[in-house]
Amino acid sequence: MVAINGTDTHDLAKAPTGIQGLDELTGGGLPRGRPTLLCGSAGCGKTLIAMEFLVRGATEFDEPGVFMAFEERTEELATNFASLGHDLNALVAQKKLVLNFVHIERSEIEETGEYDLEGLFIRLGNAIDSISAKRVVLDTIEALFSGLSNTAILRAELRRLFRWLKDKGVTAIITGERGESSLSRYGLEEYVADCVILLDHRVTENMATRRLRIVKYRGSTHGTSEYPFLIDHGGVSIMPITSIGLKHVAGTERVSSGVPRLDAMMGGKGYFRGSSVLVSGTAGSGKTSLAAHFAAGAVGRGERCLWFAFEESASQIVRNMRSIGIDLEPAVTAGLLRFHAERPTISGLEMHLVNIYKQVKEFNPRVVIIDPVSNFNALGNEAEIKSLLTRLIDFFKTQQITALFTSLTLANTGLESSEVDVSSLMDTWLLLRDLISGAERNRALHLLKSRGMAHSNQVREFLLTNQGVELRDVYLGPSGALITGSARDELEAKERAEGLLREQYTEGKQRELERKRQAMEARVGVLQAEYKVERAEILKGIEQDRLLAGALAGDRLQMGEQRQADAVTAQTIVIPNQ
Amino acid sequence: MNGSTPDTPITSPAEPAPKWDLRLYVAGQTPKSLAAFGNLKRLCEHDLPGRYTIAVVDLLVDPQRADDDQIVALPTLVRRFPEPIRKVIGDLSNTARVLAGLDLKPGTVEGDHGN
Repeated sequence: MVAINGTDTHDLAKAPTGIQGLDELTGGGLPRGRPTLLCGSAGCGKTLIAMEFLVRGATEFDEPGVFMAFEERTEELATNFASLGHDLNALVAQKKLVLNFVHIERSEIEETGEYDLEGLFIRLGNAIDSISAKRVVLDTIEALFSGLSNTAILRAELRRLFRWLKDKGVTAIITGERGESSLSRYGLEEYVADCVILLDHRVTENMATRRLRIVKYRGSTHGTSEYPFLIDHGGVSIMPITSIGLKHVAGTERVSSGVPRLDAMMGGKGYFRGSSVLVSGTAGSGKTSLAAHFAAGAVGRGERCLWFAFEESASQIVRNMRSIGIDLEPAVTAGLLRFHAERPTISGLEMHLVNIYKQVKEFNPRVVIIDPVSNFNALGNEAEIKSLLTRLIDFFKTQQITALFTSLTLANTGLESSEVDVSSLMDTWLLLRDLISGAERNRALHLLKSRGMAHSNQVREFLLTNQGVELRDVYLGPSGALITGSARDELEAKERAEGLLREQYTEGKQRELERKRQAMEARVGVLQAEYKVERAEILKGIEQDRLLAGALAGDRLQMGEQRQADAVTAQTIVIPNQ
Repeated sequence: MNGSTPDTPITSPAEPAPKWDLRLYVAGQTPKSLAAFGNLKRLCEHDLPGRYTIAVVDLLVDPQRADDDQIVALPTLVRRFPEPIRKVIGDLSNTARVLAGLDLKPGTVEGDHGN
């Protein structure tokens, strides 16, 4: 109970296993210098994990190891592990590993009187000393119980053995068969108090899944759930992800959906980086096409994209997407896009999780597509699928991977409850729906939700064209119903015609106005002309009057002068000017 | 336990017939190993007079022998001849069990059907 906080390095010294996931789960490895009990039923991977602990110890941590096998001959072990890529014989030759087969055959042994297991101690001690081993595996020591009958002696000797291992300072794994009511058939957990790991191999609905659980780990915090693990050519990998906390960083970076019009619906920028996107819809509604756009957009930015196809083969997707103008082939060739296609029924739900985890770790993509996630429905119940997706999404978020999940919904059934469940985990939910009217089936896209961003709540008509996905505004009919397809085209044409008419009407009005203006100006012109004429005449009249007045005055003078001479003549000179 | 140094044959008076090849594995002179040797000696003298050899293997001196001969419990008595190999573990205090383990019937040397 000391040093839960991890400050006391003496109590918490750990020996890393090097096994993918296990060290994360145990906070650094197995308790150093102490025995760990690894128990589980037959075929659940005890020997494999134990051997990988030794092999990785020898090759990665410079800690030689001793494998004491009670069930398999050393030649069998070497052969079995060669298929997993471990050359045990080479490690033995390099003095990094000792394989020791302990054979006990009850039929050829008679017991009489007191004995002890000193022979085993001597062999183990000899093996440890021969290569200065730091790690020991006893697999499966409970075989002693079937080989020897005096359990009182065996128990006392096992207790002594575990104490002896501690004194030797070796980090040990002791494997044990799972018992009916106890962790191990002979209650080894009583002797190994420091760390107990339980393996399980369950078959549910014909799917086998291996799981690992840390039952106890004295003096250390550890994950307590059951974690699925995978055994493949690369050894053992455990997926230590659960929703322990929602600690992932929520960035503000955005990534394009690959469809400009769809980006526009999300404030012109697309999805958040590291968010999860659900695209649900009925069969043939264009989910995969939308995913392909997203993938093409990602590889176009030079980002890696990993596509898990659970329905179609990679070549089928590439061919089909080419028909809508998206060529994914170059990205595949360039290594930016990787398809991982398999039938969902090939393994259990948890195995898929581990597999996805492993693939992502290997390929390190920025974008992941799961197409379709609904194919998992056959592999588990709703709670299990939700658990899987929760862990998957958390994993993607911590890796800042933007994930797009497609989900198939049945036509005319509304939304499935599982879909609603799943959608709550998602940040963005695009729903593709079929609209059937006028003997036509058309597609509509709803952006049902998009966390953390302003987004359009308008439905868009969704078209698959030779140039890919196209989004268009939808029309509302007289009754408020959506109008799509040819009906929309018709309506559009009608609106265009009406527009034309309106335009023509306006033009007419403008022309009339012009005419009126011209008429007005014409009249103004006439008035001005009249005015000019009149003005000229008036001015002329004024001048004549003035001249006349001048003339009269002059006449008077002349008359005065001429009166003396010829008054009549003077009068006849003036008058003709009138 | 005179002459119980490793691999020292303790031979009974010579006999022409093939002898039983017995090995007793011990780890030092513990009370159990001393008891086992004493019990074995007595039993052989009684049931296999002159027809046996006992080699005592001290694993503290030669630990590799434990691997070679698949020894786990101590003391272990191994009948290497006649075949098949048989093992009896413990201090050999229960003579009947030892005889059964060695496939020897009390008092009847003929019980050795390995010939």
